[in-house]
Amino acid sequence: MTTPQTLAQKLVARACGRDQVAPEELVTCRVDLAMMHDSGGPRRLKPHLDALGVKVWDPSRIVVVTDHYVPAADADSAQIVRIARDWVREQGIANFYDEQGICHVVTPQHGHIRPGMFAVGGDSHSCTGGAFGAYMFGIGATEMLGVAVTGEIWLRVPHTIAMEWTGRLAPGVCAKDMMLHMCTRFGMDGGQYEAVEYCGEAVRALSMNERMTLCNMTAELGGQAGLIAPDETTRDWLVSCGVPAQELQDLAQWQTDAQAPLLAHHRFDAAALAPQVSAPGSPALGEDARNCGEEKVDIAYIGACTGAKLEDLRMAAEVLKGQRIARGVDLMVAPASARDQQAAQAEGTLQILLDAGARLLPTSCGACAGYGANTFAENTTAISTTARNFKGRMGAASSRVFLGSPYTVAASAVAGRITDPREMLA
Amino acid sequence: MNDQNLGRCWIFGDDINTDFLAPGKYMKFSIDKIAEHCMEDVEPRFAREVRPGDIVIGGSNFGAGSSREQAVEVLRHLGVRCVIAQSFAGLFYRNGFNLGLPLLLGPKAPAAPAWGIAPDARAQFDLEQAVLEVPQQGLRLQCTPIPAHLLALVNDGGLVPHLRKRLAARPQPDSKEPA
Repeated sequence: MTTPQTLAQKLVARACGRDQVAPEELVTCRVDLAMMHDSGGPRRLKPHLDALGVKVWDPSRIVVVTDHYVPAADADSAQIVRIARDWVREQGIANFYDEQGICHVVTPQHGHIRPGMFAVGGDSHSCTGGAFGAYMFGIGATEMLGVAVTGEIWLRVPHTIAMEWTGRLAPGVCAKDMMLHMCTRFGMDGGQYEAVEYCGEAVRALSMNERMTLCNMTAELGGQAGLIAPDETTRDWLVSCGVPAQELQDLAQWQTDAQAPLLAHHRFDAAALAPQVSAPGSPALGEDARNCGEEKVDIAYIGACTGAKLEDLRMAAEVLKGQRIARGVDLMVAPASARDQQAAQAEGTLQILLDAGARLLPTSCGACAGYGANTFAENTTAISTTARNFKGRMGAASSRVFLGSPYTVAASAVAGRITDPREMLA
Repeated sequence: MNDQNLGRCWIFGDDINTDFLAPGKYMKFSIDKIAEHCMEDVEPRFAREVRPGDIVIGGSNFGAGSSREQAVEVLRHLGVRCVIAQSFAGLFYRNGFNLGLPLLLGPKAPAAPAWGIAPDARAQFDLEQAVLEVPQQGLRLQCTPIPAHLLALVNDGGLVPHLRKRLAARPQPDSKEPA
């Protein structure tokens, strides 16, 4: 008789070649995919690989994306990006996406992440891959070096924390609100570096873009991986990205068994959730957007892997259609990928944003990573769709960054102060 | 105990994040440059005054945020002996050992901030015993010993030397051993 297993246990068991694994066991897993970007990837790996005198274990399992230092703002950044370009050639890595957008969005859009996989990424938001029913988590550059050399990584088998959302979200409320609410309720270490699985009717009803937002910010919740069991929505999206349908069989096996051991099981009523805004300093400082109305904003930022995918841009457009942003507000839009930007342009979404007064920025990590381009000046107040609002992250230490959904950021841009977007969507 | 062997305790609060340790705007530079700005938005004295052998004491969720391992590397570069905290962010925890920096979980009780260690107190740390001693306060802090597989990494000096050992043990291409 087999013991009931969580989705996380099943994914880890497959990767370490076992029928079953138990939480807290130490195992060594084979890596199906290693994703890296220009900042934590080639520039950090190359010197060590050269010193060790070895090449990567399997170039076909590596994806490299330039997103942190593009477009290069100065000579130092240009050099970092150049190392990435040279290195993929040198290593024979064909999966290279240069200035095509943010790795967490570009990689699945090219069909590299599939249900059942075990994957790592050189970025904390690599848990985004869990939206596709893959066990994917972020690691540092030295650990990535270890993967690049051996194709393996050690793992303590995680417990699973279930986040079950029943009912349906109200109009104007989205995955970002769910996540800011969970961060606030459980804190930035609420995930305890375990697997966090999102489930329930409201999660099943989410599109892939929205599921990616949830899993992405598992990093802010302190989980190792954020998982959603794959279903028809997953299959359809991957097929639309060019993954052959025959490679997406047996998805039903990738779900948590009834009676599988859970560390915790939290339940939420999706219909009761209002748009959330997190105060400067931490995503865990959330409250209902309608309670923040006195806060004036200088900057409204729609960007990042968690906040500027096609559907995020559509949410903003829903609010901004026929509107004009308030005087003195700088509304910046940095689409999460070139593909999302093209789609938004083709369908007219982008034009709605521009007509409302938005300023289009390059598709890259931009101010979210705080690595240089378009970061915020002293004493500015911003509301942003990004994932983190630590002091000083997106610019000057004196700048204040609130977090909200694309609806909320767009509505705040129009009002010039933090606003519950439902006032404008009615 | 000779005072020279004692390191200064730098006491920080909860949720010390990777952006504080390795600020984004300096990430394009080499580690010595990033280290000059380590913690500048929280405690500007730190980067200037920290000395080899000093000890960093954190609260809960130390190292929250990014995968950037420069957040660990700056502490090593500055000569920090170890970090003791109530809890660590998982990614930072892995990075710590990969770079050979010992990270220790302090006792669950007492829950007092930093276990009552006075700011700037001088202390001695014993890795094998996982014990921090503050002679002036008569304080002895028993931490959770580092798990064996991670202690092996620390003793090797991090993952890179560990890998070098592993590669050296690989059969050579011309060897007749079965794969």
